[in-house]
Amino acid sequence: MSLQLEDIQKLGQLARLRIEPEKVPDLVAKLSGILHFVDQLQAADTEGVAPMAHPLDRNQRLRPDAVTESDRHELYQQNAASVERGLYLVPKVIE
Amino acid sequence: MHRNTLAESAAALAAGSVSSLELTRHYLARIERFDGRLNSYITVTAEQALEQAREADRRIARGDKAPLLGVPIAHKDIFCTAGVRTSCGSRMLDNFVSPYDATLVERLKKAGAVMLGKTNMDEFAMGSSSETSFYGPVRNPWNLDCVPGGSSGGSAAAVAAGLCAAATGTDTGGSIRQPAALAGLTGLKPTYGRISRYGMIAFASSLDHGGSLTRTAEDAALLLGAMAGLDERDSTSLDEPVPDYAAEIAKPLGAVTIGVPESFFDDGLDADNAAAVRSSLAELEKLGAKLKTVELPNIHLSVPTYYVVAPAEASSNLARFDGIRFGHRTSEPVADLNDFYMRNRGEGFGEEVQRRILTGTYVLSSGYYDAYYIKAQKARRLISRDYAEAFAQVDFIAGPTTPTPAFRLGQKTADPVAMYLNDIYTIGADLAGLPAISIPCGFVDGLPVGLQLVGPHLAEAPLLRLAHHFQRATDWHARFPAAFD
Repeated sequence: MSLQLEDIQKLGQLARLRIEPEKVPDLVAKLSGILHFVDQLQAADTEGVAPMAHPLDRNQRLRPDAVTESDRHELYQQNAASVERGLYLVPKVIE
Repeated sequence: MHRNTLAESAAALAAGSVSSLELTRHYLARIERFDGRLNSYITVTAEQALEQAREADRRIARGDKAPLLGVPIAHKDIFCTAGVRTSCGSRMLDNFVSPYDATLVERLKKAGAVMLGKTNMDEFAMGSSSETSFYGPVRNPWNLDCVPGGSSGGSAAAVAAGLCAAATGTDTGGSIRQPAALAGLTGLKPTYGRISRYGMIAFASSLDHGGSLTRTAEDAALLLGAMAGLDERDSTSLDEPVPDYAAEIAKPLGAVTIGVPESFFDDGLDADNAAAVRSSLAELEKLGAKLKTVELPNIHLSVPTYYVVAPAEASSNLARFDGIRFGHRTSEPVADLNDFYMRNRGEGFGEEVQRRILTGTYVLSSGYYDAYYIKAQKARRLISRDYAEAFAQVDFIAGPTTPTPAFRLGQKTADPVAMYLNDIYTIGADLAGLPAISIPCGFVDGLPVGLQLVGPHLAEAPLLRLAHHFQRATDWHARFPAAFD
């Protein structure tokens, strides 16, 4: 599977990653190399095999639907660049 | 003191022949003196370490018998540490001070360990050389022109050079065992779910394992006993009893059968590396183990399977880094909210992380999901089944940890696929969630070589016992890089 230049910008949009235009050719080459490598999988016979999502094939534990966390938003918001009255602020944009 | 194992230091502390304050000052002085050459630490928490050491000494004086009381260790900077920067090797989290401790950190603190600092790593644990860190590459104490492996390369270099008694690490595709092999250490990745992932910054949730890098299997047993066990805060944490590993490893080896996958010794393996691994297998035979050839018919699919599943999970996990609630925020003018996200992430993530996010986005996107992601999940089951069938005949599987000893800085950075192939022997145990350990088994041109042992699910105790018996009969693990003595 080979990627085209426009595929990279579309993937960047989907992944919310700004990709500088001068980096696109190198990314096309490297991602195409990675996809070519993983294409080996296509030769594997997986007919009738169930997909495996958990290495021990166990179900995740459930817990009672009860509040277990206390409100610590002030502590957590110390890591934010900009906060006012408990709200996260973003730069002003005019759309 | 810095050549002592964790177990030896813990015993000396308990006997009162050294204080935690003395030991902690000794390691801090060594970090000051030597780490300029290695770059193994991102953050050194000297003040907190001295405070924890004083507290440990008070506890020892009161007769407290916590197993790791006063022993100085380091944490990979992927584990959240309350009040201390937790960067994950990324510009994205350069300014992030964790508000809480990871479960693993909390448990080691409770066991009395002193934290010296946070170790360097590949950005978001994505790499096999510790060269993708925002904080610069880590160097190998055995040869400063070589990488220490990755992604837990800072932990590996710090333990190998005697800049801490032991360190924590994480292993998603080999990130504990590969650096342990390249730095001459014991690297343990237990069963998936054995150690809580709470507070361990997520890379690929179905593959992420916490573990340790130590001088010996005995040290690994001590740490695992303190770290393992059910944690309600991690829904994949296993509700299984935790054995007394330190007591378990001292038992006789008994009759054990070790499976050897001959396909691991093909042309892809360096000939000198192969010779060192073969002679360690002969050593295991001398200890009474029986060797038997086993087949893992789908193991050649493991690296491609991993490079679909891991990037897919990473692209989803790393979606949380938006630069709004925490993390890197652009100072450039922005056009709209979407542009703001894209600039924050484009500036905050390094190149390898971006490649993995883009690969993951691609394999999960409409039209490719079945062909890549579901196909890889099916291949994952084939690989896991192969192990299960092998473990019906043998107790352990042994082979090389890495294809070559440590390689030079910059040697593989231009070709992502060449870098990915470093983990060809380690990825299988991550995909299948099996406990695995790398132990030193020889040297090639002055660089250490690792022997990998893999066991069935939850067989950490027999696995550590086998490694411990090997280390009682050999002294590869006791070697120390002369430039740091």
